[in-house]
Amino acid sequence: MSTDLQSRTAARSAKRAPKPTGPWRSNIGLKIAMAVSGVLLVLFIIAHMAGNLHVFEGREEMNAYAHGLRTLGEPLLPHESALWVLRIGLIAAAAVHIWSAVVLTRRSLAARPVRYHSRKPAKGESRHAVATMRWGAAVLVLFLAWHLLDLTFRTVNPVKDVPDAYGAVVATFSPERWPVTVFYLLALVALGFHLRHGVWSAVQTIAGPDTKWRKRTQAVALAVALVVVVGFAIVPLSVTFGLVE
Amino acid sequence: MSIDYYREGEPVADTKAPAGPIEQRWEKRRFSGRLVNPANRRKLRVIVVGTGLAGASAAATLGELGYRVANYCFQDSARRAHSIAAQGGINAAKNYRNDGDSVHRLFYDTVKGGDFRSRESNVHRLAEVSTEIIDQCVAQGVPFAREYGGLLDNRSFGGAQVSRTFYARGQTGQQLLLGAYQALQRQVAAGTVDLHTRHEMLELIVADGKARGIVVRDLVTGAISTEIADAVVLATGGYGNVFFLSTNAKGCNVTASWRAHRKGAYFANPCYTQIHPTCIPQSGDHQSKLTLMSESLRNDGRVWVPLRKGDDRSPADIPEAERDYYLERRYPAFGNLVPRDIASRAAKVVCDEGRGVGPGGLGVYLDFADAIKRLGKPAVEAKYGNLFDMYERITGENPYERPMRIYPAVHYTMGGLWVDYDLSSNIPGLFVTGEANFSDHGANRLGASALMQGLSDGYFVLPNTISDYLADGPFAPLDEDHEAVVAARKEVDDRIAFFLGNDGDRTVDSFHRELGKIMWEYCGMERTDEGLRKAIGLIRDLKAEFYKRVKVTGTAGELNQQLEKAGRVADFFELGELMCIDALHRTESCGGHFRAESQTEDGEAKRDDEHFSYVAAWEWGEDEPVLHKEALVFEYVKPTQRSYK
Amino acid sequence: MKLRLRIWRQSGADAKGRMVSYELDDVSEDASFLEMLDVLNERLIAEGEDPVAFDHDCREGICGACSLVIDGQPHGPQAATTTCQLHMRQFKDGDSIDVEPWRAGAFPVIKDLVVDRSAFDRIIQAGGYISAPTGTAPDAHAVPIPKQDADAAFSAAACIGCGACVAACPNGSGMLFMAAKMAHLGLVPQGQPERSTRVLGMVAAHDDAGFGGCTNVGECAAACPKEIGLDVIGQLNRDFRKAAIRAA
Repeated sequence: MSTDLQSRTAARSAKRAPKPTGPWRSNIGLKIAMAVSGVLLVLFIIAHMAGNLHVFEGREEMNAYAHGLRTLGEPLLPHESALWVLRIGLIAAAAVHIWSAVVLTRRSLAARPVRYHSRKPAKGESRHAVATMRWGAAVLVLFLAWHLLDLTFRTVNPVKDVPDAYGAVVATFSPERWPVTVFYLLALVALGFHLRHGVWSAVQTIAGPDTKWRKRTQAVALAVALVVVVGFAIVPLSVTFGLVE
Repeated sequence: MSIDYYREGEPVADTKAPAGPIEQRWEKRRFSGRLVNPANRRKLRVIVVGTGLAGASAAATLGELGYRVANYCFQDSARRAHSIAAQGGINAAKNYRNDGDSVHRLFYDTVKGGDFRSRESNVHRLAEVSTEIIDQCVAQGVPFAREYGGLLDNRSFGGAQVSRTFYARGQTGQQLLLGAYQALQRQVAAGTVDLHTRHEMLELIVADGKARGIVVRDLVTGAISTEIADAVVLATGGYGNVFFLSTNAKGCNVTASWRAHRKGAYFANPCYTQIHPTCIPQSGDHQSKLTLMSESLRNDGRVWVPLRKGDDRSPADIPEAERDYYLERRYPAFGNLVPRDIASRAAKVVCDEGRGVGPGGLGVYLDFADAIKRLGKPAVEAKYGNLFDMYERITGENPYERPMRIYPAVHYTMGGLWVDYDLSSNIPGLFVTGEANFSDHGANRLGASALMQGLSDGYFVLPNTISDYLADGPFAPLDEDHEAVVAARKEVDDRIAFFLGNDGDRTVDSFHRELGKIMWEYCGMERTDEGLRKAIGLIRDLKAEFYKRVKVTGTAGELNQQLEKAGRVADFFELGELMCIDALHRTESCGGHFRAESQTEDGEAKRDDEHFSYVAAWEWGEDEPVLHKEALVFEYVKPTQRSYK
Repeated sequence: MKLRLRIWRQSGADAKGRMVSYELDDVSEDASFLEMLDVLNERLIAEGEDPVAFDHDCREGICGACSLVIDGQPHGPQAATTTCQLHMRQFKDGDSIDVEPWRAGAFPVIKDLVVDRSAFDRIIQAGGYISAPTGTAPDAHAVPIPKQDADAAFSAAACIGCGACVAACPNGSGMLFMAAKMAHLGLVPQGQPERSTRVLGMVAAHDDAGFGGCTNVGECAAACPKEIGLDVIGQLNRDFRKAAIRAA
């Protein structure tokens, strides 16, 4: 009786690979992991941006700030240990953020196996995000690699003396190395769009605000994005245009 | 063949309704009916066809009770059954308003509203059960409208003097259906209900005098299969689509009921159709359906047509003195708020006089200019804004500036398969619920009563009455090669093979449209002896042409929407003919059935209680149908003539 | 008006599909979009071709059956309007219109523009209900519900289950559909006892059906013919977080 139907449903479900179970492996569970790690990264970025502004106080203050990071917690803690705890936390947050993004993106791509022929511009509340989040993330990952080689490991930076953070900043953004500055600014634009969506999206995922608070969160996200972009951009621009030497 | 196209058979009687005081009958029946013990229910299989209010509620409840239920719908999801489109509300005798309502008053209003052509016992049970329905729906989370104190809101609806209508904005049917749908899905998850969507019932299997199963077609793969059970419940809705243009969904059809009818089930009162006065008129030949505008619009809108024939000036250019507010003129006491059947007929009269407006002269104005002047545009917008928006979306005209055009359209069918008090048809084991049966509305249904009846049948009546029949089960297993099963399958296969093999040149829709025009013209708002006879001839000719010339493309083994339609339209031809015969034989006017020959001096419907106080239950006959009369007895509500002057 | 249509034709679930062009002359601007397709189908049948299969039923915007992506937009260009209520006066003479089915892995194409949306039913089966067997209900006035909660529950419950949210979402996510049902049931007191199991069950069923995740871009809400907003997704996220932490 009605065996045709059973075989129809059976055939359909057999095609699907079983998904990992448990709430934290669900789309929303991963999204929460992405949101929480994202919030940690945003906090780091804001602190990083604030720290960068020491460059305007001159070489000594800037280098003292950099030194202070390495000696944080001393003498209670060994040299650079606090920094490494922060670094490991940061790396873990970035890893969780990227890993969840990759898993979710793969699931999203699988969820639309056939694309539309005609495409209309996005109409939603975060329409810019449709185009900018994933490509922006790729730009940010590339930038991060360059940024670490440039200002952390100094592999590609003319100033190899690690304690001289100020010198490294001034050297990398010198006018003749303008492509570095352009790349930096491009990455900042990507970061700005990423934050403009990411900040409110994280709040939406973790806290689930009502419509009124969602609109406020979107305004805050825009403000955070602007502050971060301006706060970061001001340093290379000042160096390139000779305001900091 | 007789001159009246039918012959009369033995009278039929409802043997299940208990006698005695009317308020005790339902309780008495529940006690006298046999029960099935919970352990045995697992061994009993029940088929429910349809997932609207009556079907989903029945399937869910039977599943909860422990029966094994197989539930079918032709839609892609059970949630899309056409109950979803009901707008107004659902009546219940809760008397939350303390305005004098009671079970007895709801009973009285419904019998009177049905123009004294329904059974007192059934209607009283409906009124009793109505209160439980509201409780049940609230418990399911149905978001009824509420007042600031948190209690349920009520409104007066369809001219009732009490406020007993519960509603969820203009989407009450949707919310009630989703409640039933969710209860059904819960049973699907629990494993008590096998739900088959995109499956259409094409034949009833009757073996050894009992309804034992159905033949269904999987609309995706085209596979034909049989489902055998101990009882079959049809909850397959009404047949308004015989008119092609109606407020029904495109898929609504009579096939399940008609197949049962052809297997012996009586079809009762097929000519009782409800025409709703406030629908958006047809805009052209492309029209595929008509859209209902809520009846509530008549609370503030004024209905008029130009005084002069063929006046094609824009409505704004027609001065007050040259307008005819015909409802206010003819019915000063009720004005624009006269009941549905009266408002519809009055619109037809003025349009027949050549004073109709819009394309084809088939429309009247529903004017809000006075309401806007009196209440202000914001107040009108707050009350009717969503309806005005819908009107503008469909017509492209702004009703704030230009009067709406409205015209009556077929909305509901009171007739249906004959059932007794237990909702059992005359075929043992075949039960019929909701709009598909004929039972509770007589010749005219009151507003907000269809939802009440569907849920009453499904949640509370059928689950209690079906056990009396199932107590004899489980019945002997029926093999696939039983002659009744083989024969039923063959009928289905042959029909499909015929349609696909026919070397025709006309589309199914073109026939359906033409049939609809005949039905609307001669078996619509006003019926005459001459017109009905003509219609029967036209239908027979068209049917013959249909079988000669219909063209169906595609194959049987795939999703084939033309094939689906062809089978439905074929059944509509036979139903249409029976409707005309029923309308022809009932020479009185009552409720939704208006015979021009039977009217008072001032043009109102005139009943003939002496000769027609009965249910006309028609038995299928290859040559001519056989009429079985069920006499209606009124012990509690004395028949009177309705008047709205 | 004259129109050039490009319609997705696919003879069966496993067949290869393609966009096919049709020219239509003399389309009435008073016709609905589906009536325009009816006219095309009448012509195709007369020419002995297979008519275009599409889902439709009530044609008054409430059953949720109709499901066309018109020029890249689910239900077409008009806001808060289902395909069946979209009228041809929204288009211009000489327009070229693309018509495609809902595109989602969880909604496989059955034929032409018809897709299988039974995944939505499976989500509801996983908890989209309140367990209230027939006959067990207390009086309807036993529990008052604040009007604003009842109204908000109604607005969420107005979802017609059409799947436009999935079709519009760049991730093929069914979050808005699922969240609307959870918001409806979560806003009434009767829905509280099962709130945790409901959210965990429905989310699991949603993912299992192959819908993608939510990226909060809001395309779903912009496409929703019943204008259901992102706030329901917020509430779903909140309910999920609480339930998942409790379950851990």
